[in-house]
Amino acid sequence: MIIDLKHTIPAEIFDLLAKVTDPEIPVLSIIDLGVVHQVEVTQNEVYIELMPTYTGCPAMDVMQEDIVKAFEGSNYSVQVQLILSPAWTSDRISQKGKAALKAYGVAPPVETTADKAALLEGANIIACTNCGSQHTQLVSQFGSTACKALFKCLDCLEPFDYFKCLK
Amino acid sequence: MHDSNLYRYILSLGDNSMILGHRLSELCGHGPTLETDIALTNISLDLFGEVRNYFQYAAKVKADGSTEDDIAHQRGSRAFYNLILLEQPNTNFAYVIARQFLFDVFHKLNLQALTKSTDKQLSAIAVKSLKEATYHVRFSSDWVKRLGDGTEESRAKMQGAIDDLYPFTGELLRPSKIEEEAYKEGYGTDIFAIKDSYVQEVQRILAEAKLTIPTSPYRFAKGKEGFHTEYLDYILQDFQYMQKTYPNMQW
Ligand SMILES: [Zn+2]
Repeated sequence: MIIDLKHTIPAEIFDLLAKVTDPEIPVLSIIDLGVVHQVEVTQNEVYIELMPTYTGCPAMDVMQEDIVKAFEGSNYSVQVQLILSPAWTSDRISQKGKAALKAYGVAPPVETTADKAALLEGANIIACTNCGSQHTQLVSQFGSTACKALFKCLDCLEPFDYFKCLK
Repeated sequence: MHDSNLYRYILSLGDNSMILGHRLSELCGHGPTLETDIALTNISLDLFGEVRNYFQYAAKVKADGSTEDDIAHQRGSRAFYNLILLEQPNTNFAYVIARQFLFDVFHKLNLQALTKSTDKQLSAIAVKSLKEATYHVRFSSDWVKRLGDGTEESRAKMQGAIDDLYPFTGELLRPSKIEEEAYKEGYGTDIFAIKDSYVQEVQRILAEAKLTIPTSPYRFAKGKEGFHTEYLDYILQDFQYMQKTYPNMQW
């Protein structure tokens, strides 16, 4: 279940969180990435639960520090806790987040079955982020960061990243 | 004080991922192609992420002020419980893939079973790591098939690596005392229940790769009880160098 943070926490706190982005995909806020699980506010103390995307992802440490920095100068003291359960899935990326990924040149995750077909059977499902062609090919299941796979477009010949479906 | 079985069980899970992760990190910048280099480094990163979760939990269980770093950096080889298979060197790319494949199949099955652990933290770590291990086994199985069903030379090298490393898998399928007790207590997995699925899955992929399933007997190996090959000492010498040279240094 994804908690609707925008309508359940004070706007001031939501706006501070929405300014923190994934250091490796700066167009994606941590809200749109879906890594903020829960926010508890008691008077001026904010407790935030953060869900790691991939366990070894070094970006998680940076996101924690960036959250603390974002709250500096505000009226709140903040505590960030990494939680493993429930586990993050790529379904938690918002529609806005998916659009931002695409505009940034990273193909957003497709649903599980299509992901499996694209990564295992080499089906042409992931559209090129440069020209939109579906005539694309998987180069490697592992890309520039833990969350991505590397594709190339057979029409415009550009390489591009695909944000893997993780469920 | 005597360490609890839960503590040692968590270490044995973490040590497998740490030692394999370290072996893969040795290949960073030395992979045969850019894509495989990135893939192996990614897998190493996933494994170290898993290790951190285990060691942070182990530190909590031990509750004597040790940190995840102490657990990784301040133990000698006799106190490591990883499988002998995983400390074997990166002889060539076929060995890297064979070692990875023989572990990945087990890793995935064991994590699947561990998701049902009565220990909530172990179960949560397993749920999280299982998603990543699923990608790993796809990668290594794919390469076993490509090399096995490839050219004459790639087939010969892949077969050679499987012949050499397969006999170490006996150790994964025979529970140690730590694993037996962990299963009895409910927080560990039943190695005997994994055994058949493991053998079947490994044999299925080897057959698809047109490789011969080795018939040589399993090798004597007691890594899970802390008895290791010389390789582990070299790994730890490298891994723990800074902490041994400048004890308790901070980065
Ligand atoms: Zn294109």
